[in-house]
Amino acid sequence: MIRTAIAGTLLQLLHLLVALAAAPLLLGVTRFAKSRLQSRRGPSPIQPYRDLLRLMRKETVLAHDASWIFRATPYLVFSLMVIAAGMVPMFALDLPLASAGDLIAIVALLATARFFQSLAGLDIGTAFGGIGASRDALIGSLAEPAVLMVAFALALVAGTTALPAIARFVLSGGVGVDVSLALALIALLIVAIAENGRIPVDNPATHLELTMVHEAMVLEYSGRNLALIEAAQMLKLLIFVSLVAALFAPWGLAAGDVLDLLELGGGLLIFLLHLLVGAAVIAIFEVSIAKMRVFRVVEFLGAALILAVLAVVFRFVAEAS
Amino acid sequence: MLTLTLLGLLVLLALGVSAPFIRPDRLALRLVHGGVGGVALALGIAAAIRLVAGGEVSELDLPLGLPWMGTHFRLDDLACFFMAAINLAAALVMVFADGYAARQPKPTRALAPLPIFLAACNLVLLANDAFVFLLAWEMMSIASWLLVLANHREDESRHAAYVYLAMASLSVLLLLLAFGALAGIDGDYRFAALREATERPPMATLAVVLAMLGAGAKAGLVPLHVWLPLAHPAAPSHVSALLSGVMVKIALYGLARFLFDLVGAPAWWWGVVLVVAGAASALIGILYALMQRDLKRVLAYSTIENVGVITFALGLSLCFRASELFDLSALALAGALAHALNHALFKSLMFCGAGVILEATHLRDLERMGGLVRRMPYASLFMLMGSLAASSLPPLNGFVSEWLIFQTVFASSALHDNLPRLIVPLMGAVLALSAALAAVAFVRAFGLAFLGRPRSVEAERAVEPGGTMMTGLALLAGGCLLLGVFPVVTLSLAESAAHGVIGVSLPAGAVGWIVLAPLGSGGAAYAGFIVFLALLGLAVGTRPLLARLWAERRRRAAAWDCGFPDASPSTQYTASSFSQPLRRVFGTAFFRARETVDMPAPGDARPARLEIRLIDPAWDWGVEPIRRAVEAATLRLNATQFLSIRRYLSLMFGALVTLLLIVAATQQ
Repeated sequence: MIRTAIAGTLLQLLHLLVALAAAPLLLGVTRFAKSRLQSRRGPSPIQPYRDLLRLMRKETVLAHDASWIFRATPYLVFSLMVIAAGMVPMFALDLPLASAGDLIAIVALLATARFFQSLAGLDIGTAFGGIGASRDALIGSLAEPAVLMVAFALALVAGTTALPAIARFVLSGGVGVDVSLALALIALLIVAIAENGRIPVDNPATHLELTMVHEAMVLEYSGRNLALIEAAQMLKLLIFVSLVAALFAPWGLAAGDVLDLLELGGGLLIFLLHLLVGAAVIAIFEVSIAKMRVFRVVEFLGAALILAVLAVVFRFVAEAS
Repeated sequence: MLTLTLLGLLVLLALGVSAPFIRPDRLALRLVHGGVGGVALALGIAAAIRLVAGGEVSELDLPLGLPWMGTHFRLDDLACFFMAAINLAAALVMVFADGYAARQPKPTRALAPLPIFLAACNLVLLANDAFVFLLAWEMMSIASWLLVLANHREDESRHAAYVYLAMASLSVLLLLLAFGALAGIDGDYRFAALREATERPPMATLAVVLAMLGAGAKAGLVPLHVWLPLAHPAAPSHVSALLSGVMVKIALYGLARFLFDLVGAPAWWWGVVLVVAGAASALIGILYALMQRDLKRVLAYSTIENVGVITFALGLSLCFRASELFDLSALALAGALAHALNHALFKSLMFCGAGVILEATHLRDLERMGGLVRRMPYASLFMLMGSLAASSLPPLNGFVSEWLIFQTVFASSALHDNLPRLIVPLMGAVLALSAALAAVAFVRAFGLAFLGRPRSVEAERAVEPGGTMMTGLALLAGGCLLLGVFPVVTLSLAESAAHGVIGVSLPAGAVGWIVLAPLGSGGAAYAGFIVFLALLGLAVGTRPLLARLWAERRRRAAAWDCGFPDASPSTQYTASSFSQPLRRVFGTAFFRARETVDMPAPGDARPARLEIRLIDPAWDWGVEPIRRAVEAATLRLNATQFLSIRRYLSLMFGALVTLLLIVAATQQ
């Protein structure tokens, strides 16, 4: 009893450390792959680590009007992302934190982070903060129901919204090629792109443009606060890549005894593979599509919502017949 | 327990009757708010204890009222749950009211109806025959109408109270007819008799439809909601809190009592109707809330959303019950009840907070607020907690009940009938959409009111009031946090009540102090306590950890704003501009939103104007035609007002003969 508790805690700590360490790498590899696809040299894959370190050392400049909400938000958003990352299986399935929250709770934790970030955007009282918060609200209000409907479709297949249980069900070969799962996957991918502010919804490389969303919202942040916000954003990308991997391709993740080192090592390798594939997919997708107008995003995300609802309805029809 | 409760209600009535005669005013306020708060607290705690301890159903018949019937009271698990929920919320609101009401221009006006209102709410819960039920219901309506009228010199209040009275009368009329249809021509109006009827009466379908309309009108379900956003904001803020936190719960109790208890086994379509009505109310309510500029109206429309969520869960529970899936039915009902309790707390908190803002700035218009976080630090913290709870985000209490409701939605593939199997998931998507929009609505309300720079002189000069007002807010916010971190408190109450109604318990270990696993172990789980602890630890611990690694340097400077900061607060985003994208996406379909830009020609010095027009379809296409029809009919009937006595007598004679003919025809 006590041994499993200690082992579980160790595993959870290892998981969090790996997640924190891997998040900047994922973003770095994505940028690297993207620039190579565009025939640029591009910065090295470890550039995000250097950026974070630089921001950590820099002076933090706060606007005169910044309130405690503005100052607390980076810490809150970062903490929420860490907790959510602690619930998503990355290289091992049976995380202790996974029993503290299911897929709905993870969506809600991300929504809470968005809530605080929007408030921080409004806090200084600049037009850019407002435009970012308002547009982010539009994206979030369509993306969140889409993820919930994906969770619904998965719950219909696996009978639960607990992530380890869904992954186990997929591992057990209980599902073959399934139309509703394919639809759910597409919906989740669209949401992942939108939630992480990638092209075509938002351009992460932009600055000083009226089309930017996330960057406009965090425009007033600098120094350490900005580092935390950026780290949270990197963790969010990692969460979505791991989520897709754990739900739709959980093969090879450490699933048995928690301290089986061989299995853990295998899980870590598979995790690395997931990251590389994820980065490659994002990079290829981003170079082959142009950024959309803000109000076209509604159609894009609306499609995700409709697909997720269709996934659910197909499942109901399949069960009825 | 039942006798003591009735005695408590008598104390409330006595307080109400004697309130106008107590001098000086300050003593009257203290006495009434203290008395109501004390009685409510006692009732709430007693009901909660009885519910957890699992007391017997107690009944009491008194030889009062109608001579052939008497009056019947009963206290069972369902009534007990609602009694605990509304009284605990009301007791906390009374703490706030003690400080708030004293600062009102005419504080004693709301004093007499207040205890009577709460007594009537409790009496509805205790009623065990249709007569007591309707009497208490009507008493509740009249008392709350007087409360809405407290500021009767304002046109807005008078108009709101008038519309409210019309809707309340409609509601009680529909319920009266519902009971009539259920009991039949020579029926027995005791609930015990209705409950024990072995075969469903022939007009049961009609009765169910009438009850849904009657209770739905009182609860503010779309499309019968038009009165709610008028009446709730017009009242003084502590009364708004009671109307939104307490009274709509009584209406939902009426719905639950009728459909789960009195009519017998449900037909499959009852649940479907409620699910659709609930989802529609949730979505339309929150979309309206997003379009409002008045803070209290935002809150009132959000009440419509939450009533929708609760109704949705009640409907889902009925669907499961009709499919004889009793454990899922109990779970859905527990979710609905938990959300009712949670909403009672966080909506009371939000309305009281709006009262604090109103007191400090005399503003309700979001577009003139801003920057209050610096002037009112405590109020902003409590309102932030309320906003998180109302957006159903963890670790506050609103999330727990929404999470539970979504878990039951996800289990809906077990339903037997095909139509609910198709409709429930679609409406679940609508519910998910409205939950996401709720977060936007509260980011908007909180962000515009408290953050940014002050948009008016009043907001700039706001001073945070102290005293019992803030104590009340703190207690309500603490309640929201406590029930979010330890959802076991809410759910053990809701579970007992659901057990009393459905007769099935949740799986063993479903509701623990740490983990909530409603579908049994191995299924989906949520641990509010762990999430809260981790969040607190990380958020507080990260800062010193980072400071140890790299020394922190901080400096204050002007806002960056991409290099072009504008000193004027009017360049900030406003409430209307914040919701512009959503208005463009949803507004054209739901409210026929139209934006017209009036741009003056070059050289013309007048300012450019942007005008936004929205309609409320329920008002324009529902209420307005009826109002016109009633007006036309009354104008016609006006002619009968000045007849000779001979004509009046012949009219009466004609009516008598017609009625006798009807009786003769039906007695054949």
